[in-house]
Amino acid sequence: MNIIVDILKATIPAGTPLLLGALGEIYVERSGILNLGVEGMMIMGAVSAFGVTAITNNVWLGILISSIVGGGMAFIHAFNSITLKANQTLSGLSLTMLGLGLSGLIGKRYIGMPLPVKLYNLPLGALKDIPIIGPVLFDQDPIVYMSYILAFVFWFLLFNSRFGIELRSVGESPDVADSAGINVSKIQYLAVIIGGMMAGLGGAYLSVAYAPAWIEGMTAGMGWIVLAITIFSLWRPERAIIGSYLFGGIRVLQYRLQPFGISPSLLNMLPFIFTILVLMIASREISRKKISAPSSLGVPYFREKIL
Amino acid sequence: MLTKYKSLWLSILVIALGLLAIDLISGIRPDIIFKSIVISAFGSIYGLSETLTKSIPLMLCGLGLSLAFRSSVWNIGAEGQLLMGAIGATWVVLYIMPNAPGPILIPVMFLVGAIFGGIWALIPAILKVKFNLNEIIVSLMMNYIAIELVNYLVYGPWKSPYEWGFPYSTKFPLSAQLPRISNTRIHYPTLIIAVILAVVFYIILNRSKFGYEIRVVGDNMEAARYAGLDISRVILLVLILSGGLAGLAGVGEVAGIHYRLRVASGISPGYGYTAVIVAWLGRLNPLLIIIVSFLFGGLLVGGDAIQVSLGLPGATINFINGLILIFLLVQSFSRGRASLTRKRRSEV
Amino acid sequence: MGRILLMKGITKRFGNIVANDRVDFELNRGEIHGLLGENGAGKTTLMNILYGIYTPDEGDIYINGTRVNIRSPYDAIRFGISMVHQNFKLVQSHTVAENVALGLKDTGFFYPTRSVERKIEEFSKRYGFKIDPNTPVWQLSAGEKQRVEIIKAFCRDAKIFILDEPTTMLTPIEIKELFNLLKLLREEGVSVVLITHKLDEVMDVCDRVTILRGGKRVDTVDTGKVDKEDLARMMFGQDINLRPRTQFVSSFEKDVVLEVRDLTVLNDKGLPAVKDVSFDIHRGEIFGIAGVSGNGQRELIEAITGLRKVARGSIRILGEDVTNMKVKEILNRRVAHIPEERMRLGIVPSMSLEDNVILRNYDKSPFSNGLLLDYNVISDYARDLIAEYRISAQDSKVPAGTLSGGNIQKLILARELSISPVLIIASHPTQGLDVRSSQQIHNLLVKKKEEGCAILLVSEDLQELLDLSDRIAVMFNGSIRGIKDIEEVSIDEIGSLMVGV
Repeated sequence: MNIIVDILKATIPAGTPLLLGALGEIYVERSGILNLGVEGMMIMGAVSAFGVTAITNNVWLGILISSIVGGGMAFIHAFNSITLKANQTLSGLSLTMLGLGLSGLIGKRYIGMPLPVKLYNLPLGALKDIPIIGPVLFDQDPIVYMSYILAFVFWFLLFNSRFGIELRSVGESPDVADSAGINVSKIQYLAVIIGGMMAGLGGAYLSVAYAPAWIEGMTAGMGWIVLAITIFSLWRPERAIIGSYLFGGIRVLQYRLQPFGISPSLLNMLPFIFTILVLMIASREISRKKISAPSSLGVPYFREKIL
Repeated sequence: MLTKYKSLWLSILVIALGLLAIDLISGIRPDIIFKSIVISAFGSIYGLSETLTKSIPLMLCGLGLSLAFRSSVWNIGAEGQLLMGAIGATWVVLYIMPNAPGPILIPVMFLVGAIFGGIWALIPAILKVKFNLNEIIVSLMMNYIAIELVNYLVYGPWKSPYEWGFPYSTKFPLSAQLPRISNTRIHYPTLIIAVILAVVFYIILNRSKFGYEIRVVGDNMEAARYAGLDISRVILLVLILSGGLAGLAGVGEVAGIHYRLRVASGISPGYGYTAVIVAWLGRLNPLLIIIVSFLFGGLLVGGDAIQVSLGLPGATINFINGLILIFLLVQSFSRGRASLTRKRRSEV
Repeated sequence: MGRILLMKGITKRFGNIVANDRVDFELNRGEIHGLLGENGAGKTTLMNILYGIYTPDEGDIYINGTRVNIRSPYDAIRFGISMVHQNFKLVQSHTVAENVALGLKDTGFFYPTRSVERKIEEFSKRYGFKIDPNTPVWQLSAGEKQRVEIIKAFCRDAKIFILDEPTTMLTPIEIKELFNLLKLLREEGVSVVLITHKLDEVMDVCDRVTILRGGKRVDTVDTGKVDKEDLARMMFGQDINLRPRTQFVSSFEKDVVLEVRDLTVLNDKGLPAVKDVSFDIHRGEIFGIAGVSGNGQRELIEAITGLRKVARGSIRILGEDVTNMKVKEILNRRVAHIPEERMRLGIVPSMSLEDNVILRNYDKSPFSNGLLLDYNVISDYARDLIAEYRISAQDSKVPAGTLSGGNIQKLILARELSISPVLIIASHPTQGLDVRSSQQIHNLLVKKKEEGCAILLVSEDLQELLDLSDRIAVMFNGSIRGIKDIEEVSIDEIGSLMVGV
């Protein structure tokens, strides 16, 4: 029993960076934009958070700066994709490359450096004593608690706020949204920047709480898993929660199951296989417009139709 | 709004900012870095040979991708297709016909590698044609499945008993090791294949029926439909071909450089992704890809060199690649080819 | 009652097509004002300008006497203008409430659908029908979807409703309900612009009607003071005349090339666009189909050319059943297709004239042998065609998109006609072309007819149809009406059939 609780408890921090990134990327894709730059934004978030914390001894400042950095990179992607209407695949990939490179350059001096200020777990009093769920959910660090709140907020806003309706409409039928007087570009810019900020935040969590350390390339492909989760969840935040902890859990299990001869690599494949399967199953419903989904990811919107 | 003139300045600004960033962060002036890269990549025989070596997989992947991009099919799965080719070659060499003589083994190895790569690309192709799934997403996911597959094999069933537990497959027998040019690492059979294919693809694209279909589908899919062209067939073929070529690149890496299968990151430092840039630059002319691959190969060599000579982290080259790509993107707006994405029917 | 809207001197050009030519349009409060005309007459363009989707090249808009600048739908909505489009602008997977709430400013940031649900119920009660605000839109019928659109307009306190061909998808009962609703709205002082080509509707529900033709305003009249024949005449003009024909082919003597029987074809939404259509076309005959766009012509052509599946019925070419064959197979049976949108569907604008000219038969000899194309043969072929069809271009290697509209169309004709077709399907072949190019295209078609080709000519240009057709039919609401020999037909009759009289 204890082993299970231990595993579950470790799953939460493993899934948190994924969850943070996925929540943001869901908003981005919901607006119809494809962001392949998540990996770059996450790692820039990681290095920024570490660097700022090391310099200022203030973890929260580091976290704040990391999300600003992520948002800034996302702004570039938004500009390329929305204003220039350039190829979103290439724009995203270029930002991933840029991010990986720049973070390596910036982070060089931080390799091997211990973080002066660490984020400790914050057990939430009585809640922590609930059997099983208690220690798993309520004996975590503050950013994990933030992620719980953010998950709820992102879900709530998407389905119960004016912004959420506008965002979903822009992604699913930009011409309808345009016709209703909505500024499609503005919503897309906003969504992309939010996505970048969340990716930065996810990266920050890695370097400042999860590890904590700076290692070159420390996101190790998490950005791509975030993309997988975004699609696996069919763009619904509540499913992203499941996906993030599921795929995070696979990470945790990797090490536990290795002595039993189960290859970690095979486990690592699962998120991507699951994602493709989910897409296949859902494609019918989506093309019949029964499931809410962004209609043409990666295609820029043009208003005036030429005769 | 945003004029072509303004965006030209913007693209220059991007470069300037990037160079400034390098300067400030690394403490090394960009022109010193640039010089170091150029000298190490092109300034010596050794450098040139390494550049050529690294350009081989870029060429092969780039050629395949350029065909896909030209028909507006966005295959970004070259990385995975390359790795599958490597797996295919290893399978043939170590487990199917380990004792076959070189003249038989090598062609079979290439063939099987190409088939493995082609099949890997066939999956996103079928999903696109049958289920209307976005090939960008599917091919991307397949990359990571392939990476894990390679790692699984070298840590697991294919781990060599002779390598003290390190994640290597058994070394290829001599008959499977591709010959090199004197004391360089240039595995010239693969290079020859690449150059020949570049010429072949040039002919295909500009003079063959299939190339014509690719161009029509890529430039105006609706007109293609109205003229009765079989669009699905074009998409399938183009993806299989690009996968096959990436597979060949994978064969080249394991049979020409490493003589074994190793962890994915040891086989390809992201050739498949760099090839995307190469392919985009050369999508209108396959012969251009030879030159562009060479240049980017040089960048990779230079990137390795500056780690040693200037103490810069290995990721620096990623930064430069990314900068180049953004520059090209912004700059293409000013030349009027802003949107390379075509109008697609609603996709998932 | 007072004038709420004045559009003065509105001009809008698309390239060298003048869609609106100094058009004046006015609207009173509490009025239902019809906007009548064929497609291409400029009705939708004019209203798109009012709704901010286009900006006019010249002219002004005044609302309640004040000049206004409408640069986007956002502005239009702000000025109290609401448009109900022909293709409903609804997000299918969202609920009614979410669609109505989209873009509303006064719903509050959180739970915006709550206040909207109240408004929807209020609206339902007031005008007497039920719509469940929580139903996803894809589940609704066409009539219900339209009602959602009207509720949207209502919730934005629109004072001006623009309805673009609202009855296209509706059953007769739904049409009646819609008109009752419009009349109720009128009582409350709302103004309605009804874009339509159906005369019945105009006479039924409109107080006044403005007729547009060829981009210009013909007249604005009270519906009480005219009858349908007057309106039809204004729509199609007095100056249409029947020119003497060069050769009249009696259709009874020649073989049937195209035989269409009981054809039913569904549109993209799954509703029948072509309903039980039957007709024959003979060798050496030009069979014209008149009618306003959107009555099923596109789906009919797509079915015949293999671009769309047939739901019921059959299509035979020279006796062979070609129903549901692939496009390539049908084209290989010597069928030429001149599509409606020449730039988008007819050519590949970025490719050379040479490459465009072989679009149909690049895979046949002598243009290709084995795997390769023979560009020597192709160049010669292109050069010959350019000369024969008098296409003005520098050489055969320039991109096709750089040619003028007329030359592009001649290029398409060159390509299609040079395969010695037995059947030519020509859809709006001279749309947007100048007089000289149109004449050239007409001559080419007549020449083919004289050589024995069967030609299906679909057009909205009544003059063109009358000039060229041997027999003519009208397509309205998916059905073919009134197939007549050209000598026996009158303009009034065709015009009336086109608008549903």
